[in-house]
Amino acid sequence: MTVTKGEGARSGTHSHVPDAGTPTAEAIEKARRDMLHQGRIEKRTRIGADVVCEALLRQGVDVIFGYPGGVILPLYDVFGDYPELRHVLVRHEQGAAHAADGYARSTGRVGVCLGTSGPGATNLVTGIATAQLDSIPMVAITGNVPGALIGKDAFQEIDITGITLPMTKHNYLVRSADDIAAVFAEAFHIARSGRPGPVHIDLTKDALQGETRAEHPDQEEVLARLPGFRPTLDGHPRQLKTVAHEIAKAKRPVILAGHGILIAEAWDELRELAEKARIPVAWSLLGIGAMDEDHPLAYGYMGMHGWKHVNRAIQSADLIIALGMRFDDRVTGNVKTYAPHARIVHVDIDPAEIGKNVAVDVPVVGDVRRVLAALLPLVAPVDHEARASYMEQLAEWRRDSEASSWHGSGTWRNGLLSADYVVERIGALNDHDATMVADVGQNQMWTARYAGYRRPHSHLSSGGLGTMGYSMPAAMGAALGRPDKKTWAIVGDGGFQMTIQELATLVQDDIPVKIALLDNHKLGMIRQWQELVYANNYHSSDMVGPDYLKLAEAYGIPAWKATRPEEVDDAILAANAADGPALVWFEIASEQNVFPMMPAGKGLSDLLEEPGLEVDE
Amino acid sequence: MSGDTIAARPARALPGSGEHRRHVLVAVVQNRTGVLNRVASLMRARNFNIESLSVSHTDSDDVSRMTITIHGDEFHVEQAIKQLYRLIDVLKVQDVTDEPSVQHELALVKVRATDRNRGEIVSIVEMYRGRVVDLAPDAAIVEVTGTEAEVDALIALLRGFGIKELVRTGAVVMARGSASIEEATKR
Repeated sequence: MTVTKGEGARSGTHSHVPDAGTPTAEAIEKARRDMLHQGRIEKRTRIGADVVCEALLRQGVDVIFGYPGGVILPLYDVFGDYPELRHVLVRHEQGAAHAADGYARSTGRVGVCLGTSGPGATNLVTGIATAQLDSIPMVAITGNVPGALIGKDAFQEIDITGITLPMTKHNYLVRSADDIAAVFAEAFHIARSGRPGPVHIDLTKDALQGETRAEHPDQEEVLARLPGFRPTLDGHPRQLKTVAHEIAKAKRPVILAGHGILIAEAWDELRELAEKARIPVAWSLLGIGAMDEDHPLAYGYMGMHGWKHVNRAIQSADLIIALGMRFDDRVTGNVKTYAPHARIVHVDIDPAEIGKNVAVDVPVVGDVRRVLAALLPLVAPVDHEARASYMEQLAEWRRDSEASSWHGSGTWRNGLLSADYVVERIGALNDHDATMVADVGQNQMWTARYAGYRRPHSHLSSGGLGTMGYSMPAAMGAALGRPDKKTWAIVGDGGFQMTIQELATLVQDDIPVKIALLDNHKLGMIRQWQELVYANNYHSSDMVGPDYLKLAEAYGIPAWKATRPEEVDDAILAANAADGPALVWFEIASEQNVFPMMPAGKGLSDLLEEPGLEVDE
Repeated sequence: MSGDTIAARPARALPGSGEHRRHVLVAVVQNRTGVLNRVASLMRARNFNIESLSVSHTDSDDVSRMTITIHGDEFHVEQAIKQLYRLIDVLKVQDVTDEPSVQHELALVKVRATDRNRGEIVSIVEMYRGRVVDLAPDAAIVEVTGTEAEVDALIALLRGFGIKELVRTGAVVMARGSASIEEATKR
């Protein structure tokens, strides 16, 4: 069949001939594309690949991260006809998946990544798993061999839907062009609705090439096709009354804000609840940004490397109100000794999270924003007097804890540059408004603890899967998703070298990611565990890296190095002032640990603290 | 701290100490490619131990029905049900263990049979409302349906003659009364 491309029928003329000489195949191809763009070729057969692009545009996708390969080429063959779809060519498919993830986390919209069959698809897997563990809305597209070759061990064939099945919210193998439109509509709906997550679509080459007149379903049709997917959005009214009653009774309540607050955009309701009932707010790693850290009721980051005062408050609380979080083991430590005095209210959109890790007293299933909006009118205001002694206690704990874990003058021991100081300065010099993208390990914990966050979606971190190499590619996606904000990738020398190839992507697509390389010449968190848990038995935690200034220069990226506290601010400001991507190489103390630390298997009351830390402020 | 004055509450750990027993779940699912794989994969990944799993069509073409027997306590099984609901293709899951229900399975047993004991085998099989569905000079295939216990009992008796081959379907189950899990999925 033939269809008219673009919006409405455009009358065109075929008389245009590109100026020639003897045109190369490339020139002819370019001319063909130019003509398509300009509507000069009005008719072309509509194939599966066109439906993919139409579907992406219908879903509001403006950028996709991908890497071409044999069987996905039919899609790349039509990309030129859809100039509104920006394709960013990454250097490795893992980077594409993390970039889509960073785009999604920074915007709240669905991120899209793309790879070919076989190795292209398996390279996406780490990024898809990262998205699954952190409930990130993502659509991952792969090509597969023609349907007739499936199961024949064809070149670059692998059962990728078999691989992604247990690590996606849902997945599809599409073997006919006629099915593409419906599958994409379903996939985007599933990815973004309820508890978000990645959806993988595997398209055979013949599905991409097949002619089709299949139309895109509307939302009603999509819902009709998914009778088994009906997330519960509103909390049960009786449960809400119980929650209000629990809050009224509580003397030492604590709110635990999780990723759900950001996903549901419930930060206003969270703040209103905290203010109305005067409840301090603690947050999980992925809940950072749910509460403005300058708010008087913002208490801090909890868990394994959380602030001591926060964990103390949880351990002494008589009521815990957990909002859109899942009591991860990094949050609770040993559940047997977790929050021993507290009744627990747990609000989550995923019923399977309730009662999965800890016993809960008042479960509420629903979208946390809707739940809080319905709860707020039921909550009796609590006055200043009623909380005075509690707030005093909290403030005292906070002073004590902050004094014992902060290298305010910028140096750790022997005048070596302290990582927490670097992170704090990056936060401060960007007015706490930049998108901070952490990698995994010590850098991640410093980023979580010290940068200071004042807006939602300003902190990105691979929490559940803990994927090293996440930071730079995710920052690419974040920088494109939120071009109005500065984007800083905070990364250690280990993680940096895992996805370092994406430096070229930053240059080719001029993506203004600022990279803060916290180089301790170690796998820092591994070294920390080997010191503290494995009795100084160091193995494979020393790291030799390149000269990062030369490396940046080779890529054409401006770079600065800072080894002393007084060099930190200038380097950050210089990177901020650079037009495109920039790198700052911070050579930090190599044996600095992240404290406090809750050893595995221990509880929140068993925190290790930095031995003999002198407060030098 | 002030919390010390309050009587310590039980640990936050999940109870998980309930009675371990066999649970029978009925899952009504959309009949889409790979749905069996999804269910089996989920049960494996989440550490639920499937004892038997049977799948079949229902009266409507786009809906399939699974009977899943798993071992665990009630919290374990509740978590299994919640995880099953996370699958997009799963429409309805019900634990029918304690419901009045018909739980039957079918077994085919190829048993050694000679001219001398064939009559004895046939009479045992008839007592269990089974029947002989194939005869060979030195063997017979016995078919029996019934509860797991009934099938177990017949097999135990047949073992004395020498079982050459045995296959069981695993339980299929249906709640008694007029309520219908399939009708409950139609919105």
